Amino acid sequence: MNQRIGIDVGGTNTDAVLVDANGVVGAIKSPTTVDVTSGVRGALTELINSIGPSAKQVDSVMIGTTHFVNAVVQRKDLNKIAALRVTLPGSASLPPLVDWPKDLARVVNGGSYFISGGNEFDGQQVVPLDEDAVVKAAQSIRDSGITSVGITASFSPLSSACEDRVAEIISHECPGIRITCSHALGRIGLLERENATLLNASLLDLATNTTDAFRKALDDVGITAPLYITLNDGTVTSSELARKFPVYCFASGPTNSMRGAAFLSGLQDAIVCDVGGTTADIGCLVNGFPREANNVVEIGGVRTLFRMPDLISIGIGGGTMVRENPLGVGPESVGFRLLEEARVFGGSQLTLTDVAVASGLMDVGDKTQISDLPETLFTAALATAHQKISLTIDQIKTDSQDVPMIAVGGGAPLIPEKIPGISEVHRVPFHGVANAVGAAIAQISGEADQVFQDFTRDDALAAALEIAIENAVKSGADRQSIKIIEMEDLPIAYLPGHAIRARVRVVGDIAAKPKEC
Amino acid sequence: MSEVKEQVLQIDDIEAMAVGTWILGTGGGGSPYLNLLNIRELYAAGRRVTLKDPMTLPDDALVAVLSSQGAPLIGQERLADSAMALKPLRIMEEYLGRKFDALMPVEIGGGNGLHAIMVAAATGLPAIDADAMGRAYPEAQMTSFAVANLQCYPLAISDIRDNEVIIHKAHSWKWMERASRKVCTEFGSQASTCKAPRSGKEVRDHGILYTCNKAISLGEAVLKARKKHTNPVDAILDECQGSRIFTGKVTDVERRTTGGFLRGRTVLEGLGTNTKEKFSLDFQNEFSVGSQNGEAIVMTPDLICVVDSISGEGIGTESIRYGQRVDVLVLPAPEIFLSPRGLELVGPRAFGFDFDYQSYFKDQK
Repeated sequence: MNQRIGIDVGGTNTDAVLVDANGVVGAIKSPTTVDVTSGVRGALTELINSIGPSAKQVDSVMIGTTHFVNAVVQRKDLNKIAALRVTLPGSASLPPLVDWPKDLARVVNGGSYFISGGNEFDGQQVVPLDEDAVVKAAQSIRDSGITSVGITASFSPLSSACEDRVAEIISHECPGIRITCSHALGRIGLLERENATLLNASLLDLATNTTDAFRKALDDVGITAPLYITLNDGTVTSSELARKFPVYCFASGPTNSMRGAAFLSGLQDAIVCDVGGTTADIGCLVNGFPREANNVVEIGGVRTLFRMPDLISIGIGGGTMVRENPLGVGPESVGFRLLEEARVFGGSQLTLTDVAVASGLMDVGDKTQISDLPETLFTAALATAHQKISLTIDQIKTDSQDVPMIAVGGGAPLIPEKIPGISEVHRVPFHGVANAVGAAIAQISGEADQVFQDFTRDDALAAALEIAIENAVKSGADRQSIKIIEMEDLPIAYLPGHAIRARVRVVGDIAAKPKEC
Repeated sequence: MSEVKEQVLQIDDIEAMAVGTWILGTGGGGSPYLNLLNIRELYAAGRRVTLKDPMTLPDDALVAVLSSQGAPLIGQERLADSAMALKPLRIMEEYLGRKFDALMPVEIGGGNGLHAIMVAAATGLPAIDADAMGRAYPEAQMTSFAVANLQCYPLAISDIRDNEVIIHKAHSWKWMERASRKVCTEFGSQASTCKAPRSGKEVRDHGILYTCNKAISLGEAVLKARKKHTNPVDAILDECQGSRIFTGKVTDVERRTTGGFLRGRTVLEGLGTNTKEKFSLDFQNEFSVGSQNGEAIVMTPDLICVVDSISGEGIGTESIRYGQRVDVLVLPAPEIFLSPRGLELVGPRAFGFDFDYQSYFKDQK
């Protein structure tokens, strides 16, 4: 492996690591700042100081960020959007944003426009596209000052012509407006595809600002290597693509943490428990990859069809508040104010960090601040935390045999040694920066998505697979390590002959010597 | 069954019913989610649904039998719409010159179970606690009413445009299926229908009774298990006296939308106790036959339900996909389909398979 810097920009800390073929070369943790650039610049400067100026000569920088998912969860930094739904006379009783949490919908809703048009499954028009209505909608959007629109037409994954035409009219009427078309983002499933499209549209300002800030931070410290942003599936994309499709970067945090845990422990199949400041995220590694959630995945309460790791989050972390009389542990957390509010740091709030220090599991802050803490209290609080973690592990587990577990995250000492159903708890070096390690070792993907004519289904899928593998290898993936992560086909009835749209996505490790692209 | 003759459904009942109907849909009938969303909107606007015990129906009551007909894949792109769903009911009233007293779903399984509840919420008509399948099936003649040889016409069918058709008469249930399917296919493989109206006596004598409450109880059992962190799949088996046949991961799905249906096959690779084994499922909207290592071991009219191994949520033939971890369950068939006439209409041969029905449950004894 060549030299790569991995950065995880979390809500509390920004972690940075430098990884090469021999493993982790250096790692640092520094506080996240409101101003994105200075936080990343600070982390990079610290990393370079700890390793030496040669660290600037890395081959690539991969950043995993929780900015986008946090923006949705916290309903901030989102831009208002206009939704164009091209399905009339159908699908009228359920308007865009219908199943979004009300407060989130209020923040992003910049108007919905229903347009007659769209396709049937066989490519025919439902009714002709009402271009006049599109022009009227465009004028109204322009007048309202909205700068980002999402366009969703029925069956657009099979035929994008209708969405393309609407986009053409809108950009003609509203110069400079940013457009997200649903066919670029999703598969069959109009409402979920529209949700992803509108989430994406609402994140475009933030995506531009964030990726610009990342690039500037790299430039400021003198790193010229290409910048990649990590995606939900543990692979990376260029920062250019991340600017256009921020929704693809949503769940990269848990994926990075689990992939990092696999790398640090050398285990391919295990439970991973990542204890941070606010939550413990528990998931399952299968063949070195996070096990995916089966069905629909909700992000900030919005239903989508994204592939996401199957995780359970519980309110157990270093900042989790502990109450006395009666004893209560979480789920509230002091969050990023841990360094001010926890007792060992001179604050007045009893947290699980204090409990861990009192129990001798952690050595941070000033121990004398909690010398008055009764042993019965911290023992009981720790037992409660242990029990909550054990119960959740049992839920995520699908194997009746005992399985190993990897403990990562800054709060990993809170994880008990003995857990029912767990054969061994693996504690690994650099456990506190597993996220950043996961970003640094992110994989390369290759995709094929095209229509094959006069192919049998098996032949079409085989051809698509070959193209996807070649694309991955061209981008620098190691051929031997390539695995299929998605494979699907959609027969296209309206084209003559036997036509199939085949879509295959593969991922592979970075090849030892990167190929020239 | 419940002593209650009439109940006003609360939104929690309907949320539970959506979980239950999706499992009873045996892969078909489309996801109830979009119908549920419509009902949530209608409830938020103050509408309510009254569910009536079929035994309270007068002999001469006029009952509408409603469905959304077509290929489930289409329903994912053409969202359920209460205004479109009630059109054929109004067309039928105009045609008959008489108002309906109540309505019922043709099938409890999948979105169609809630389709009728949605129309009840939109029109104010009471819904009857019964259906004609006890599950979901793809074709018009696959109902308890057809098994009983009741009259199959007239039928009203309409689409999202202003296309409305009455089938005044049909020679048989199968001809009604052929004619209405042709119309449905032309309409874009999805249409709203109001099937041959039934009298109160016909519903009481030949309907499959109390299936709405069955779906609600099933959904409640699953939701309760999820809340208590017990196994929701076991809760389904307990509630419906079913068996788990296979646990595995989806490795292949082949589907095609032809003749107004979603047809295809999915292949699973075993996990846990089924490691190294293969299971395949054939479907025509619904799962019709399941084969382990190449041999058919479970078949219609037994209910073949594919559910998420963790949450117990139903998985449809239009949404099952590569990599999902699922349990395949079998639940006992409604008694009426086990008669010779029932098996003729819904046994494996009715789906083009060259073998006779073998009950999974008899095998196990």
